[in-house]
Amino acid sequence: MTFQFDGRDIEFRPGQSVQGALVAVGVLSTRTTRIAGAPRGMFCGIGVCFDCLAVIDGQPDQRSCLTPAEDGMVVCRQEGTGRDDLGV
Amino acid sequence: MDQLAVSDVIIIGGGIIGAASAYHLSLAGLHVHLIERGAPVSGTSSRGEGNILVSDKPPGPELELQKFSSGLWAEFAESDLEFDIELESKGGVLLGTADGAMQALDGYATTHEAAGVQVERMDAKALYEREPNLAPGLPGGLFYPGDLQVMPVIAAFEMLRAARQHGATITAYTEVLGLEVSKGVVKGVKTTRGSVSAPVVVNCSGAWAGPLTSSWATPLPVDPRRGYVLVTSALPHVVRHKVYSAEYMDNVSSSDAGLQASLVVEGTKSGTVLIGASRERIGFDDRPRAEIVQRLASQAIAIYPFLADVRLIRYYQGFRPYADGHLPIIGPDPSVSGLFHAVGHEGVGIALAPGTGRIIAEMITNRPLSMDMQAFMPSRFN
Repeated sequence: MTFQFDGRDIEFRPGQSVQGALVAVGVLSTRTTRIAGAPRGMFCGIGVCFDCLAVIDGQPDQRSCLTPAEDGMVVCRQEGTGRDDLGV
Repeated sequence: MDQLAVSDVIIIGGGIIGAASAYHLSLAGLHVHLIERGAPVSGTSSRGEGNILVSDKPPGPELELQKFSSGLWAEFAESDLEFDIELESKGGVLLGTADGAMQALDGYATTHEAAGVQVERMDAKALYEREPNLAPGLPGGLFYPGDLQVMPVIAAFEMLRAARQHGATITAYTEVLGLEVSKGVVKGVKTTRGSVSAPVVVNCSGAWAGPLTSSWATPLPVDPRRGYVLVTSALPHVVRHKVYSAEYMDNVSSSDAGLQASLVVEGTKSGTVLIGASRERIGFDDRPRAEIVQRLASQAIAIYPFLADVRLIRYYQGFRPYADGHLPIIGPDPSVSGLFHAVGHEGVGIALAPGTGRIIAEMITNRPLSMDMQAFMPSRFN
């Protein structure tokens, strides 16, 4: 079973989180920060810090540590807020 | 507790009112000992939205105190600070949401203009130019250039830091148990870590003023009024101003004990959007209530539809100090000489903090008061 991360196929075991599967293959960053564009990924691992955000199946601000990986899922790195379309 | 020097003034409470009082008293050259029972700024002062508004106050003494306090906020932001307190002159938008609202808002604006407050009437076109993300179909509103926003926790800590630099002692995790009074004159306070002496004591206990003063010569009628704030994920610049609906002001001035929820929304420098505002009088019950989160979220989505697709990351809650008669209690105690009060600011504690602190310092150092404070006097409860 695989999901895609930025076009790369990532294998995962049933029940594994997106974040868990990514860390297992050495992918540590799923987003960049709003101001400095610095890399971020898992921090607390329990869904309270909101550092591990990624765009999952088109939805930004998904906590990858809480999202169970699914076959065919499309995960993308989130750039900043991932919601630049809203800025006025 | 190590008393390094005899204090001139003891301040009870390390929220923003205590911090502002410590700041102005220390700048006036007095030695201040501030005593906080928990962590500094851990109470109501860390649970708000950083509102510094003229728009939510009808003409009267509270509006006058606000004008004075807003000026002092601007001065404080320009002073020698270590951290950015995020003071923004973003202005406030008061929305007309119902059909009859525009006429009522027009009348309100007229009374404000007569009271020297700058206000601009907005038709729908002007409203959407100011706030493009608003839901369509709103008739207009009022724009108040004098409304500001601040990051209250950083600001309070900067006041405490400056007070310390001017010689103040800040003691945390120490609870004041009572006053020491002899023949109607205050001598100091009893705390969980011993007695502290001073000829002047300022009660800045906020939402806890009711229980604290209940056995004092003049108990103060201050009750907690719980409020929630919802926090979104960080977003780009989506809400430009403080935005709120006219129902907010009805709820603020109401003495209703049941749940009231009205719309207040603003962005922050960090990109989160804060959504309020609820009011309940349920004592100090802090148990979560999903209904409140749902109501505040629904109200906000109705006005800013983009929020339907935005993640809420958490909420927080706090207890506003509601004083009977809905005016803060600022001034000398009518029964105990040397005792002063600065409590009961309901939802405007952040806004009125510098003005309150400065007036308290003027009262204690026998300087002429910057404004007439008769309406705020504790003696009205005697």
